[in-house]
Amino acid sequence: MDFIISTANLLHEWGPNFLRGLKATLLIAIGAYALGITIGVFGALGKIYGGKFLKLFLEIYTTLIRAVPELVLILLLYFAGTSLLNQILEAMGYRPVDISGVAAGIAVLGLVQGAYATEVIRGALLAVPKGETDAAIAFGMSKIKAFRRVILPAMIPLALPGMANLWMIVTKDTALLAVVGFEELALVTKQAASKSRLFLEAFTVAAFLYLCITLLSNYFFKLLERRTMRGQPKLDQV
Amino acid sequence: MVWDWLPVYLPRFVEGLWITIKLFSLSIFFGFALAIPIGLVQVAGPKWLGYIAHGFCTLFRGTPLLIQLWLLYYGLGSVFPYYPGLRESFIWPILVEAFPYAIVAFSLSVAAYEGHVMKGAFQSVPKGELEAGRAFGMSGFTLLWRVWLPRALQNVLPTLAGEAVLTLKSVPLASTITIFGVYGVGSIVRQDTYRTYEPLLFVGFIYICITGLIVVLFRWLENRVPSESQM
Repeated sequence: MDFIISTANLLHEWGPNFLRGLKATLLIAIGAYALGITIGVFGALGKIYGGKFLKLFLEIYTTLIRAVPELVLILLLYFAGTSLLNQILEAMGYRPVDISGVAAGIAVLGLVQGAYATEVIRGALLAVPKGETDAAIAFGMSKIKAFRRVILPAMIPLALPGMANLWMIVTKDTALLAVVGFEELALVTKQAASKSRLFLEAFTVAAFLYLCITLLSNYFFKLLERRTMRGQPKLDQV
Repeated sequence: MVWDWLPVYLPRFVEGLWITIKLFSLSIFFGFALAIPIGLVQVAGPKWLGYIAHGFCTLFRGTPLLIQLWLLYYGLGSVFPYYPGLRESFIWPILVEAFPYAIVAFSLSVAAYEGHVMKGAFQSVPKGELEAGRAFGMSGFTLLWRVWLPRALQNVLPTLAGEAVLTLKSVPLASTITIFGVYGVGSIVRQDTYRTYEPLLFVGFIYICITGLIVVLFRWLENRVPSESQM
């Protein structure tokens, strides 16, 4: 009972901060996810159809990113990225700029997501039977048209479970940005906790908010899966 | 690039490496020991236990590990001192250390993720094999130990390798509750020397090495387990 009352007090005072943190978290997650998918599509195409050099480069990119802890990557890319950008700007005669936390967060997490997305999309692309592509080309479709009309609809249901997983990962990875001092949900929670001295209550609220994001997205992805799977034979349960 | 700090801090990195490995292996051990029953009750029942296990998996897979860690360490840690009996009890020395909190948080997280994997693994074992075991007169426990668990593990070894690497990569989070593993020592070097990149690159390098080791270890395990194509 005490717990409920002190949680209500906490929310009364810090509620708007929690909402601001939630908004920042969602904004970064969506941005990073979109960037990750973009990198993933081009990365997968490069890994399958690219030249020797491009393939090697992409292989190094996906291997390194997946073997190094996200926290290390975030710090490295954050510092390296901002100083590199400012050096380029200075070399071109512009004044150095302050990079906004949101942009940096999206860029860093997007690069990390891109490595995982490349592998997911590559696997889905390779799983589309070659005969279907051949048939599309035989019908006189251009390569782009064949990709858009035949390969893409066939690969989306195959990539969807992996991509849903990546979305869950990115929403949780945004919490790591708290370590570089970006005010998203985790950092806002920590501030609220240490100012109000209500540690247990504050972190419970944060956990609840993250859980809501996960459960809502779960539901949404299930709907999406059902829609993209219509008219196709059911995949074997794994 | 300046690397003259490396010989000075190398002993601390070795200490950090030991802490990282200890945290990683203990979490995997306790987490996996929990994951097997969590997976099993979701498939074999009883139903109410299955619901609890499912809820546990959803809860811990749905929230960031960082929040779980802080909830345990700062949240519960700030509540414990108010229980008068606890201060005098023999577990108090454990409760004031950060390491046990990290072990509990990481093990629960591993249990949730791996429990989910094990649920699928138990489901994927063909029913006929279990019936054959029962027809041989095996008791429930013997059946689990001799047929069901080995066959389930065989199917998910590659997935478990991936999950182990993910767990390893979340160990740096423990530095936020004052546990100085490899990553924590790297942060100390950064603060002492004002060098940003070199310590981070070195920490990344160590992690790549450990990841490589885990991959090799699991590949060796996979080769030892007879697979369908070899039989």
